Amino acid sequence: MSAATAVALKNVARRFVTPGGDVLSALENFDLTVAPGEFCAIVGPTGCGKSTTLGLVSGLAQPQGGTVTLFDAPVTGVDRRVGFVFQQDAVFPWRDVLGNVMAGPLFRGVPRAKAEAEARDWIARVGLTGFEQHHPHQLSGGMRKRVALAQTFINKPEVLLMDEPFSALDVQTRELMQEELLSLWTQSGAAVLFVTHDLDEAILLADRVAVLTTRPARVKSVHTIDLPRPRNIATLRYDERFVAIARRLSDDLRDEVLRARREATA
Amino acid sequence: MTDATAPLATEGRIESLAERQRRRWRMIIALRLIVFVLFVGGWELGVRAGWLDSFFFGQPSAIVDKLIDWIRNGTSIGPLWKQVWVTIYEAGAGFVIGSVLGVLCGITLGRNQLLSDVFSIYIKIANSIPRIVMGSIFIVALGLGSPSKIALAVVMVFFVVFGNAFQGVREADKNLIANARILGASDWQVTRAVILPSALSWILASLHVSFGFALIGAIVGEFLGAREGMGLLIASAQGSFDSNGVFAAMIVIAVVALCAEWILTTIEKRLLTWRPEVSAAGE
Ligand SMILES: Nc1ncnc2c1ncn2[C@@H]1O[C@H](COP(=O)(O)OP(=O)(O)O)[C@@H](O)[C@H]1O
Ligand SMILES: [Mg+2]
Repeated sequence: MSAATAVALKNVARRFVTPGGDVLSALENFDLTVAPGEFCAIVGPTGCGKSTTLGLVSGLAQPQGGTVTLFDAPVTGVDRRVGFVFQQDAVFPWRDVLGNVMAGPLFRGVPRAKAEAEARDWIARVGLTGFEQHHPHQLSGGMRKRVALAQTFINKPEVLLMDEPFSALDVQTRELMQEELLSLWTQSGAAVLFVTHDLDEAILLADRVAVLTTRPARVKSVHTIDLPRPRNIATLRYDERFVAIARRLSDDLRDEVLRARREATA
Repeated sequence: MTDATAPLATEGRIESLAERQRRRWRMIIALRLIVFVLFVGGWELGVRAGWLDSFFFGQPSAIVDKLIDWIRNGTSIGPLWKQVWVTIYEAGAGFVIGSVLGVLCGITLGRNQLLSDVFSIYIKIANSIPRIVMGSIFIVALGLGSPSKIALAVVMVFFVVFGNAFQGVREADKNLIANARILGASDWQVTRAVILPSALSWILASLHVSFGFALIGAIVGEFLGAREGMGLLIASAQGSFDSNGVFAAMIVIAVVALCAEWILTTIEKRLLTWRPEVSAAGE
């Protein structure tokens, strides 16, 4: 990995035409870089443009201005090196767990026997052995997320995009999934762009946290989280260093929300 | 309640629940039989007592006699099985061709915005033409044989299946499509792995309705002009003011339709095993 950045957005603009015919600016002058192997979290007010940002990096959408690059090369479409864990359930409901996990390799032309062997390995790694023949509706929300993780990691992504992946889970399950994610990420060495509206989650997981402004979104500030790794999700949130960072970030985010409200009512 | 007695108590309750359901089911069957006997018996009695004119309304016993006569000695236009077979063949061929065309066109237009923008107006126009009228055109163009009936059945089936397939494609979850593309699927793989399975329940639902439509198409086509088939049998019974013959033909057609319905339901259950228990519809 000789590239200086895994992901770089420079001066990016993304605008939508609303059904009424107006132009809605989701991102303007957006700058952000993620180094190879780095875990970067994005937090910001709801509807500010976090999902839109991930869409641009994934190649599913194109910007109206500026450049988006992966390993210093412009994004022109969906890239094989990118993995994406969606907010909503995006596992295929008509395929069983095995079929879901081996979907990526099969799409990419890996022979069936090899894809199946790899899939079984990943199913074991996310702790779903014995559930190979279950369909998604027979699994709990947390197990479905594990399927989504295995489905994504089996493609060995070098850039992993995650859009509030654990927001629908209960607190205990979320904590387990966060630990699981950290261990998978450590083994994979992928750069991660992790969107969340949960500040604690951002601090617990990330090397850096980018705080976005309200729409049109820009990066307001970037905070380096210098908590040592490996991190223990369950105990870290009571660490005083964590508390100090959380306070700093929370003030930052609250400023942004208050400023937006003042502007809206002014 | 102690731990030891708890499972026993629940088991007993489950058993009584199952027993109650069985009892309810027996009662429903009994009620259905009663409704049937009242209806058919009332009809028969009404005719015998002279309240209903058997010339117009037929008579259940005479309808049964007619059916037996047809099975033993054949109908006025040839053996019964031949007429049934011709109609099944025409409806079946029209059903298969119409559904395949409907699914292909529905998915193609559903996946391609330009094509759908261009063709949607023509499909609306074609759909607004009363389809039975096209039967006359087909008979003029294709003659008295099977092709004209098959064509009418195709037209009857096509629009229903097309509409559902198109809608099914449009309703496909955008997240699943995005996920498939990220995982590495090409356009064709997205169609096969996401679009088709999600449109499948829509398509299967339309197939249920459309076999009935295919049957109507075939029978109306035969009615308008044919050398054989159930529609012609009805037309010739009508021509000789034989209302029992019309009813007997109706029963035969109903049996065919119910068999087709049963086959389609079986196929549907096979194909949609992945879905959470669909409320087991009492049948
Ligand atoms: N396809 C679209 N068409 C029009 N507006 C959109 C579209 N996608 C997103 N938006 C708008 O862009 C803004 C940012 O959306 P999003 O990135 O989803 O926010 P979030 O930060 O909550 O993920 C929102 O106001 C949303 O309404
Ligand atoms: Mg979002």
